Amino acid sequence: MAKEYFFDKADQTNAFITRLDVAMYEESGGPLQGKGIGISDNISTSGIPTTCASRILAGYVPPFDAHVITLLRKAGAAIVGKTNMDEFGAGNTTEHSAYGPTTNPNEASRVAGGSSGGSAAAVATGMVDMALGSDTGGSIRSPAAFCGVVGFKPTNGRVSRYGLIAYSSSMEQIGPLGKTVTDVNTLMSVIAGPDPRDATMYDRPYAHTPSKDIAGMKIAVPDEFFGEGVDPAVAESVRTAIRKLEDAGAETMTCSIPSMSHALAAHYVTGMCEASTNLSRFDGVRFGPPVETKRPWHEEFSDYRGMFFGKEVQRRILLGTFALTEGYYEKYYAKAQVARENMRKDFLRIFRDADIIAGPTMPQIAPKLGEKSDPISMYLADILTAPASLAGVPAISVPCGTVDKMPVGLQLIGRHFEDERVMDAAFAYESEVL
Amino acid sequence: MTDKTVIIGLEIHCQLNTKTKLFCGCSTDFQRDEPNTHVCPICLGLPGALPCLNKQAVMHALKVAKALNLTVPEVSEFSRKNYFYPDLPAGYQITQDDKPIAEKGIMEVDDDEGHPKKIRITRIHLEEDPGRLIHKTSRDRAGYSLVDYNRSCIPLIEIVTEPDLRSPKEARRFLNKLRSTLEYLEVFDGEREGSIRVDANISIKGHNRVECKNISSYKGVEKALNFEITRQRNLIRKGQFIEQETRHFLEGRGITTSSRSKENKNDYRYFPAPDLPALRVSEWLKDIVLPELPDARRERFMTQYGISENHARTLTGDLKVANFYESVAGADPAIAAIWVADILLGEINYRSMRIDDVPTMNIADLIVLIRDGAITDKSGVEVLRTMLDACMGQDHEACEMPADIVTRLGLTKAEGDDFTDVIREIIAANPNAVADYRAGKKGAVNFLVGQVMKTTRGRADPKELNIAMDAALKETED
Repeated sequence: MAKEYFFDKADQTNAFITRLDVAMYEESGGPLQGKGIGISDNISTSGIPTTCASRILAGYVPPFDAHVITLLRKAGAAIVGKTNMDEFGAGNTTEHSAYGPTTNPNEASRVAGGSSGGSAAAVATGMVDMALGSDTGGSIRSPAAFCGVVGFKPTNGRVSRYGLIAYSSSMEQIGPLGKTVTDVNTLMSVIAGPDPRDATMYDRPYAHTPSKDIAGMKIAVPDEFFGEGVDPAVAESVRTAIRKLEDAGAETMTCSIPSMSHALAAHYVTGMCEASTNLSRFDGVRFGPPVETKRPWHEEFSDYRGMFFGKEVQRRILLGTFALTEGYYEKYYAKAQVARENMRKDFLRIFRDADIIAGPTMPQIAPKLGEKSDPISMYLADILTAPASLAGVPAISVPCGTVDKMPVGLQLIGRHFEDERVMDAAFAYESEVL
Repeated sequence: MTDKTVIIGLEIHCQLNTKTKLFCGCSTDFQRDEPNTHVCPICLGLPGALPCLNKQAVMHALKVAKALNLTVPEVSEFSRKNYFYPDLPAGYQITQDDKPIAEKGIMEVDDDEGHPKKIRITRIHLEEDPGRLIHKTSRDRAGYSLVDYNRSCIPLIEIVTEPDLRSPKEARRFLNKLRSTLEYLEVFDGEREGSIRVDANISIKGHNRVECKNISSYKGVEKALNFEITRQRNLIRKGQFIEQETRHFLEGRGITTSSRSKENKNDYRYFPAPDLPALRVSEWLKDIVLPELPDARRERFMTQYGISENHARTLTGDLKVANFYESVAGADPAIAAIWVADILLGEINYRSMRIDDVPTMNIADLIVLIRDGAITDKSGVEVLRTMLDACMGQDHEACEMPADIVTRLGLTKAEGDDFTDVIREIIAANPNAVADYRAGKKGAVNFLVGQVMKTTRGRADPKELNIAMDAALKETED
């Protein structure tokens, strides 16, 4: 039976783009029955506007649910609204939204992180019980770290991307955000159901109860995660957290990820190339604001896209288009794939000896609004989250103390399809500090 | 005549006759339906939709690969071909670039002297069709266009040949054979509108190559190539330069025109499709059992039915015709070959009917009537025409049987008295002709025989009639 869920909580951080005052949910007896869930605005929801925080999708109401939404509804969840993000995921602060930035729940002058900043802020402020975001190079983990919540990027291929509006198909993955590891684990167990519509998906359902018993777990700590650009205070917070894991029975070791020197370049080239073609479908013919049909189509397509895409998205489309052009493909896209392969190999090597890689999620605490206005300094903030996305391995961010009253995130990365072990490590840490 | 200086290569796009589209579950059977009724988020390119590969399309492509002796590499992959066009919903077409599903094959075809020659096939790849633009002219004379996405995501294979063809006729023979092979493989429905589209590359040895796009019929390919050879030869004769360009074939006018040169500079920014895993299907090949193909069936028709090579070629060129022939050949394969290949095909073509529209039982009946000498060939044609005219648009059961038509129209062969009485009447009625005959004019006999034929409406056997007329005239002399 359908029941009403009244959603009247004030939105002080601009976490939502679309909210439903009354959401419906099924009394299905499912694990999420009666829980209010916020959904990142790039995940298609039948009957609820889905804009990717872009003007180019203003007024677009999908005629179908993303696979994860179907699963949420079955599990009894109330979808209360669509959360703010960087337009199409192009950003890591949620400042690049057509609907204004989401502010950090801990300090309004700071960013929430991104791109799924709205989801993290909605969880942190208690507006929702849990939320879904998408992670391409840190888009779940970054706002989780900045807002002080738990955010998990599953192994690529473990959660169906059907209905996720594509930015970078080969790297992005839908994942859960919540206040606790247990909440995140519950949401993960719901969304990991198989879906034949996503050809890159593996049939690996997730049914797991987190265990804090990590005795003998081997944790590798890469030097590069504590190198140049990482705030010493943040580093110290994370080292303290890793010592807690030792207290819980884990063995730690140091390691090195040499391929990290090319991680950002590989991540951005791959992401921009894929985005440049994924975003080609926004031409005004079938959805979005109407085109002027009296003009030659090629002129109108061009002006339309120039008018409705934000500046950062346009920058990425142009760069990606350039990098795929004949003569440059080998120089950029092909090279990025080599760098990506090297990253996978580095992870495989480390994971021969270690179960988990640990380090900070973000190199610094949440910056002030407008502080990262030049693209390069914005891109640099992904340095610690991009590696797991390039390799397609699971990674979680768990709150581990504060610096200047701002939350810091501990990042735990695991082997392919060992999402459960990552969850255990995070749960063990959480149990140590709670 | 084969001209060694003409160099032709073809790129042939064929729609595969799968039940559903290449990347979604929409039905491909939209020919009789309204625009945009066979669509879903995937083939409309809605945000968030993902392609999911149709296994039947892959099997179809592999069948073709096996029949044309291509190699299927262990790994092939899909790529995105990026360009903007109003009929292309996602802004890219999913196709195959440098790793196609099959490479390097051979198909044999007769050259213009009738000698078999091998045409190398470069590659076969799988791809999706875009939607279709329908251009309209409105009352204020400003044209507008509508988009129909029913065709969007229909599976195509593109078959690319090496530049091994040497004449437009050879190219057409190649296409005809390819078409019949695809039909024998049951992967293609040649009767569907737009089911085959050809781009032809043509050059005169030592000069630049021109690509002719937009050719949608077999006849069109021959026409376009003939036009291009003449055009290019004339330019060369005048000492002018042949530009390397893309030209469009205007089917209606039978000419090619230059496309804007801008289109030549298209950079499609191919890159591996990130939503589809690599294809590893070379193992599937061994499970594919090929049916009897046109060449083998032709040979078999000649040995099994003892019919001429020409008849066998005509009858096996089209799968349905070949099947039709085999189901009516029983009574007399030789007579059946003549009646199907030489008479029936022409009659249905004239009526724009298809071989499926003709009931085999009725034709088998007609062949028996002919074999038994119950009617003359001429009456046989009349019976066939009468039957086909009434059959058009009817169920097979509603078609009148030839034996009934013979009775109804009184077409039983004229024999005995029935026959000699008429001769007597004609001789009596044409004294002048008889006089001419006596005067030694041979033509007079033909005239008199013709008169008898006319009166009996072709029911008399011409050979028998000639003998009888001769005898009757001699009789009157006595």
